[in-house]
Amino acid sequence: MIFIMTNEELVKVSVAKTIDARGTACPGPLLEAKKAIGTIGSGEVMEIFSADEGTKVDIPKWCTKQGHEYLGTLEENGYYKVYMKKK
Amino acid sequence: MEDNLNTEIQKLQAEIENLKEKIGSLENSRKDQLSIAVVSGDLDKVLAAMIMSVAAAAMDTQVKLFFSFWGLSALRDPHKKARGKDFISKMFGVMLPKGTSKLSLSHLNMVGMGPKMIKALMKKQNVLSLEQMFKEAGELGIEIVVCEMSMGLMGFKKEELIDYPNLKYAGAATFIADAGESSIQLFI
Repeated sequence: MIFIMTNEELVKVSVAKTIDARGTACPGPLLEAKKAIGTIGSGEVMEIFSADEGTKVDIPKWCTKQGHEYLGTLEENGYYKVYMKKK
Repeated sequence: MEDNLNTEIQKLQAEIENLKEKIGSLENSRKDQLSIAVVSGDLDKVLAAMIMSVAAAAMDTQVKLFFSFWGLSALRDPHKKARGKDFISKMFGVMLPKGTSKLSLSHLNMVGMGPKMIKALMKKQNVLSLEQMFKEAGELGIEIVVCEMSMGLMGFKKEELIDYPNLKYAGAATFIADAGESSIQLFI
């Protein structure tokens, strides 16, 4: 599912887990997200930092496939913060 | 009149049962699985296969790989030796690359410069190396099946292959059967 939040909402959302995958390239960020999803509870939000542009397309696709909610992406200086909520 | 109606209803019910069965078997015939036949032994091709496999596994898609022919080179362990080979098998062993670190590129190999350059680039851009990908694949439960026929032809022995969790040995029929159930089938 895709439920895009506005940038203001994203900045304020409370995050249960942060994954900093900026040191890896595809399929690194997706892999780290998958490994971490097991550590958070249902309904909790996870943010993934990635320097890889593909990640902001990969994560929503993964969310759609697995039934999680993709909340949106914030663009920072040189990297992306991708937000998703576990189903 | 009523008899006609009843017959019609019974016919319809029979058809519905028939359709339900067909839908049932259709739903079960293509599961969330990726099958790849890795026949090439080129660095770029094996890399592509492993990246796709790892990405699929990251999306919780089951992955089954079938390594055959030149793909077997990627499964050789450079630290292991096998004894008791006949002359032709020894020749294959010498002529074929021993392990992932020795694979050549399908294009721009430039007498060995190509792989060195691409590996350096990958390291710089934080792409996992082929060796790391095999390790991830093992941890993610990606299944690797080795083609017994190719092993026999090239004289490779089980003891000279890499340590990979649950490495299986089988034939083409296994690949076809597994691939038949997959929603994605690739030939690399």
